[in-house]
Amino acid sequence: MRLAAGSILAGGLKRLRLDPWLLLLLLLLMGFGLLVLYSAAEQSMAMVWRQAIRLGLGLAVMVFLAQLPPRLLKAWAPWLFAAALLMLVAVVFFGVGRGAQRWLDLGVIRFQPSEAMKLALPLALAALLHGRPLPPDWRNLLVATVLIGASVALIVIQPDLGTALLVGLSGACVLFLAGLRWRLIIGLGAAAAAAAPLVWMKLHEYQRDRIRTFLNPENDPLGEGWNIIQSKIAVGSGGLSGKGWLAGSQSHLEFLPEPHTDFIFSVLAEEFGFIGVVAVLALYAAIILRGMQLAGQCRDAFGRLLAGSLMFMFFVYLAVNVGMVSGALPVVGVPLPLVSYGGTSAVTLLAGFGLVMGLYSRRRFMG
Amino acid sequence: MIGAARDRPLGDSRAEQALLRKRYRFLVAFMLVVIVLLGLRLGTLQLGDHEQYAARSDDNRISLRALPPNRGLVLDRRGRVLAENRPAYRLVIVPERTENLEQTLVRLSDLVPVSAEERQRFDRQRQRSRPFEAITLKSNLDEIEVARLAIQRHRLPGVDIEPYLTRHYPHGELFAHLVGYVGRADERDRQRLDADRYRATTHVGKTGIEFHYEPRLHGQPGFERVETNAQGRVLRVLEHTDPGPGEDLRLNVDLDVQRAAYEALGPYAGAVVVLDVDTGEVLALVSKPGFDPNLFVHGISHADYNALLSHPQRPLFNRVLAGGYEPGSTIKPFIALAGLQAGVITPESRVFSGGSFRLPGHSRRYRDWKAGGHGSVDLELALAESVNVYFYQLAVELGIDRISRELALFGFGRDSGLDLPGEITGVLPTRSWKRATFGEPWFPGETVITGIGQGFTVVTPIQLAHATAALAGRGRTAPPALVGHNPVVTMVEHDSAYWQAIHQGLVAVVHGRSGTARAIAGGLSTRMAGKTGTAQVFGRPDDFQAGDEREQEDLPEFLRNHALFTGFAPAEDPRLVVTVVAEHGGGGASVAAPIAAATINAALEAGL
Repeated sequence: MRLAAGSILAGGLKRLRLDPWLLLLLLLLMGFGLLVLYSAAEQSMAMVWRQAIRLGLGLAVMVFLAQLPPRLLKAWAPWLFAAALLMLVAVVFFGVGRGAQRWLDLGVIRFQPSEAMKLALPLALAALLHGRPLPPDWRNLLVATVLIGASVALIVIQPDLGTALLVGLSGACVLFLAGLRWRLIIGLGAAAAAAAPLVWMKLHEYQRDRIRTFLNPENDPLGEGWNIIQSKIAVGSGGLSGKGWLAGSQSHLEFLPEPHTDFIFSVLAEEFGFIGVVAVLALYAAIILRGMQLAGQCRDAFGRLLAGSLMFMFFVYLAVNVGMVSGALPVVGVPLPLVSYGGTSAVTLLAGFGLVMGLYSRRRFMG
Repeated sequence: MIGAARDRPLGDSRAEQALLRKRYRFLVAFMLVVIVLLGLRLGTLQLGDHEQYAARSDDNRISLRALPPNRGLVLDRRGRVLAENRPAYRLVIVPERTENLEQTLVRLSDLVPVSAEERQRFDRQRQRSRPFEAITLKSNLDEIEVARLAIQRHRLPGVDIEPYLTRHYPHGELFAHLVGYVGRADERDRQRLDADRYRATTHVGKTGIEFHYEPRLHGQPGFERVETNAQGRVLRVLEHTDPGPGEDLRLNVDLDVQRAAYEALGPYAGAVVVLDVDTGEVLALVSKPGFDPNLFVHGISHADYNALLSHPQRPLFNRVLAGGYEPGSTIKPFIALAGLQAGVITPESRVFSGGSFRLPGHSRRYRDWKAGGHGSVDLELALAESVNVYFYQLAVELGIDRISRELALFGFGRDSGLDLPGEITGVLPTRSWKRATFGEPWFPGETVITGIGQGFTVVTPIQLAHATAALAGRGRTAPPALVGHNPVVTMVEHDSAYWQAIHQGLVAVVHGRSGTARAIAGGLSTRMAGKTGTAQVFGRPDDFQAGDEREQEDLPEFLRNHALFTGFAPAEDPRLVVTVVAEHGGGGASVAAPIAAATINAALEAGL
């Protein structure tokens, strides 16, 4: 009976073009995420519900995007990209937001164009490169570089370093998967290193402070270094098995900054210890592996380039956030994917998973 | 299907697929390696450095908070409270929790008056504090202010009314100089006191008993290990050790005697000391005018302080310990004892007083206070009538060295050992003192006036009282003490006949037919012995004439002489010593003696 029910469920999911394994892993992650959020949000059921509703919305978007045929995506890609770019330009002139201009106020909703770019740029790059011989020739490379450069630049000046990093890396990932030559990769890396001082001069003071603080947090224990130090104390004091759910003193006594958003991983590490950390990292690794497995089986280069870079973006979220809370990377405002409180990134990420599943589900049409 | 065929890229060759697959493999490997590295990084924090971070986490959340001990009470000899701890309320602000500190302060000033000084103190304290620490804006709120704030508090985040115990002196100015007062501990106090014991203490003894017995009154602070959040707010008490209250101090003074003495001084500034002859216990110690010590507890305002400083009678000045006076005629019994001891006189020796005295070979005349003189007087009459000529002559015959030696035995010129701060030593004139101070030799004329307590001699009321106790105890008494008592010592040894002669003379001062203080005899409830004195304020260099009371009344008050009286009672079995200084009182007999009489009556009434 149970087996039958299981296969009926799997069949239903297949008809919805969803991958049962990936879906199961995502639901596990989000479920555990809500559990941690309940603790991080001082046991506010209201916040847990709000987040659950956002995740539900994200799942709906995922299901919807999984239905779109790749042909349609390819056709829309340039227009979607153009729209996202235009909105980013609009943000420069009409944007709202405290400190940094990131939002467009559309009257009914406030919209963050940089979020759309996370999907639009890989889409556009995959559409640009897939029909042509790989590795791409220098003309296509130039076009791709301009697209990446323009999007990243518009996001950097908002300023939103975290999103710029994510967008830039997902774009770069498309180029990498498309077979960008190692010589070129190393050359670009060297050029980036050479340009670093120039970038440093262009950075906002608060961004420079973050990097300075990252390099030596104990220099400024009550100012910028506070976040990193307190986060490391939270993580380290968790030990092997943690202080127990709802019992993290760093999290609940307000030592930890933003315990429910960017630093929710510290809460997890403090309360569930290294065991919980390994379990969650394993869950993420499983999601990434399954996602890459699906992506690699997409029917054409478009699907593989797009799905691969979307999975890579998911990974970058994870790596930057965990690197930040453990003091291995500077504080960049990147949430823990699908766990941190907040709707924007969750919807974008789930939308990405929707694209991956949709692309994969059409593999049988491959010749 | 057609679309699929059209979409199939021509270049999607095997080579391309292999390239993509290679890149995929590389990417997956890269991501897995990074995830493993992150896992290792977290493992280092959570397993390798766990103990260090666990300790820092505890340091973060647990802090040790000192609890101030309750200060010991100060009681009179019958257990009546002279200094107590009263519940009070203060207005505190946690700057971080206010929406707008300036606005909050403006709105508060509508509810409670905040003086410029309170505001200044608040601002100073704010600069030294973390934003989550509560800072006092105003102490000692009255009931109306507390009620007004309680109603408005919900509209003023970050503002709180905090209960605390404050020191209160129910008898105000009566014990201002004796009990002293506590005040906010300042930098100097902090340096002097043990930082650990005083961590939570805001007020420490500044003067008087409060200062001298600070270690006994203070008590042992308690401790609380508390869990705090990042803002320092206490969430949970993990461990609690009660503070040990300070010791209640029972003084030797008697409230009734103290009050009687204070009131007896009437309009005069001055001092009254009452001692127990046998034990040296201080039964009353008055310096008038006093001041309200409660003003100092919460930080006295500039206006109040200036008023105290500019008051012509100098209320902040403790006359008992720091008031240096010429002893005047009150020195005469001690000079007489020196004479008897040296064999210069006997009780029966007679001297003729014709109104003045002249050193052989000198033209300067030293006058008697009574025009025309007292005639032929023996020791008893010389003391009773305070005959200057008798003592001029005696002093000259004794010489300054023997006078100094005798006065030193009675404790003049040195600290009495009283358990209060701020005592001065006065001046006991000797040849070497004169040379050290003025670089001049001792002149014979100076010996003459030393015989009647003028010239260089400066005594404090407590010294005079202590010396009188030694006189009353026939050489034996104990150093004065406000708490407990000192062992009895033999200060001076003389033939008992000498003591008897002096006592007889002092009884005659009060009870004799012509005694200078005979006016008080009728009002006394016991027989009393004593000596009047007048200390010059307005010294006329060529006219060493003290004690002419009629003339004094014509002078403006601030130029009038100080009136002194020192004596003991009951005369035949001395238990109590009383010493009175009434500044600008004019004459010892007319002003100081009645004050002493009223004080002694009160002491007897109090059962002392």
